[in-house]
Amino acid sequence: MARLARLALSDEEIEPMARELSAVLDHIAKIGELELDDVAPTSHVVELTGALRSDEPRPSLPREVALEQAPAVEGDGFLVPSPQA
Amino acid sequence: MSDDLLELSAAQGAAAIAKGELGAQELFAFYRERAESDASADGDGLNCFTWVADDARQTPLQSGPGWSDSPDAPGSGPLAGVPLAVKDLFCTKGVPSQSGSRILEGYRPPYTASAVQALTSAGVTLLAKTNQDEFAMGSSTENSAYGPTLNPWDRARVPGGSSGGSAAAVAAGLAPWALGTDTGGSIRQPAALCGIVGLKPTYGSVSRFGMIAFASSLDQAGPLTRDVTDAALMLRHMVGLDPCDATSLDFPHEIELPRAERLDGLRLGVPAELRSLDADAAGGAGGGEGGGEIEPGVREAFERALKLAEGLGASIEEISLPHAPHALSAYYVLAPSEASSNLARFDGVRYGMRAAGAEDLLDMYTRTRHDGFGKEVKRRIMLGTYALSSGYYEAYYGRAQRVRTKISEDFEAAFASVDLILTPTSANVAFGLGEKTADPWSMYLSDYFTVPMSLAGIPAISIPCGLSGGLPVGLQVAGPAFSENRLLDAAYALEQALGFEEGAARV
Repeated sequence: MARLARLALSDEEIEPMARELSAVLDHIAKIGELELDDVAPTSHVVELTGALRSDEPRPSLPREVALEQAPAVEGDGFLVPSPQA
Repeated sequence: MSDDLLELSAAQGAAAIAKGELGAQELFAFYRERAESDASADGDGLNCFTWVADDARQTPLQSGPGWSDSPDAPGSGPLAGVPLAVKDLFCTKGVPSQSGSRILEGYRPPYTASAVQALTSAGVTLLAKTNQDEFAMGSSTENSAYGPTLNPWDRARVPGGSSGGSAAAVAAGLAPWALGTDTGGSIRQPAALCGIVGLKPTYGSVSRFGMIAFASSLDQAGPLTRDVTDAALMLRHMVGLDPCDATSLDFPHEIELPRAERLDGLRLGVPAELRSLDADAAGGAGGGEGGGEIEPGVREAFERALKLAEGLGASIEEISLPHAPHALSAYYVLAPSEASSNLARFDGVRYGMRAAGAEDLLDMYTRTRHDGFGKEVKRRIMLGTYALSSGYYEAYYGRAQRVRTKISEDFEAAFASVDLILTPTSANVAFGLGEKTADPWSMYLSDYFTVPMSLAGIPAISIPCGLSGGLPVGLQVAGPAFSENRLLDAAYALEQALGFEEGAARV
């Protein structure tokens, strides 16, 4: 699960995490007792209409501004370690 | 003059500046000095702030939505010159916006959140950024990477959370008012624990653009203020459709300043489910996941408020919210699920910190997230990743969304017979630092009374309604979607009748 979440967890961190999550899941499991077969899932709480904007190109963040906060930059892009170094 | 300035509410400050009786710079300098003294106090401050402005000219200004960058004229508008403290998770251009997290340490965004922009367009100046639980995940502000905030009523206790820095700053008189966010109670619960007013508006009424996201279907910005009038005044200048947030909407009417003195004809509902939560009642929350117990002093203050409401002409009726005891369980599926998705963006590539010494790209992601995220954030990412994973999705996320529908239907049915619903905001007063950190579920129970309204997207306000053991108790008033004017009017009438002395926590 940690791999799926892209989280490194040390051996000392895994045991308490598993214990705490199991306790939380025990509480959450109570919703399994409700009869919900005929209930529609909520997709949005307040009715919205016309949420789409017109499809027109607009200026986006300038490249140099977007790169300003990056931990590592090379040329016009974000620098990252090689996927299979 | 200084003590007089401290006594002014934000609305009174704005009026004094507009009339020329008070200089905007004088008010800013007064609060800047107070805020700075807390931030720089070694060991004896409250740690309300993560950044304090040197100068009112640091207020980020831009006009138009999104990235556009032609500045508005500063210092004009109906709120001209009133300093505002802003929760850390709002992006403020060029000003640190770290959402209480190590992973965003030193991050200075290239744009300003729409809610902050709306308020600066109305004339406020940015005073400070306030401390919070990391990514707004918590009910005590102990989960901040920048240290806990203390409760000004008792420094051995928490201010609540996640908007704890905002609440403590307003209660202590370190800021005239503050902006916060509420996902499951993060405005209302700290407001209650600090003895101030906190309002969560109807979902969608305030733009979320530029708020560092926690759970997008629940997050709402709102005011933390000394009184109900200030809450109405701030909300008036925040609501509205924003082209940058497709879930924002046009508020159907103008937010008015409250004036009601009486509650004649108003029907107030009290959930029957509260009765099973008395400290002396056996069995806890019948059928639900266990709501803990209502502290006797909180129950007494709540009952006194109900009597007072009757005296003002309201009728009190018992209503039923049969699915409310399941709200917390549904919330702890939905919010972590959305968080696990929202927080995927923190990967050490585009902004924030990056762990050193990574062997390859995947190693860089996992190490950065290990070093950058705190314990509670990791817990919720894991929970959400699990709930959304293949094979579990319907059992967790799907079911929780159905519970959410049932909770909305409960409220709809209740609002057919009453105008507003009253509950305590929190079952207890401010708890001790470290008291609930070892047991996540005991911390999650802090939001037992506030989460149902969040799931239904309806507005709710917390106002102080007395003391229990010398610490403030919050009264929560909730109404149907877009009933903010009625809600504020009722809260105002109750506030006048309750006569809470808000100055006790000033530092």
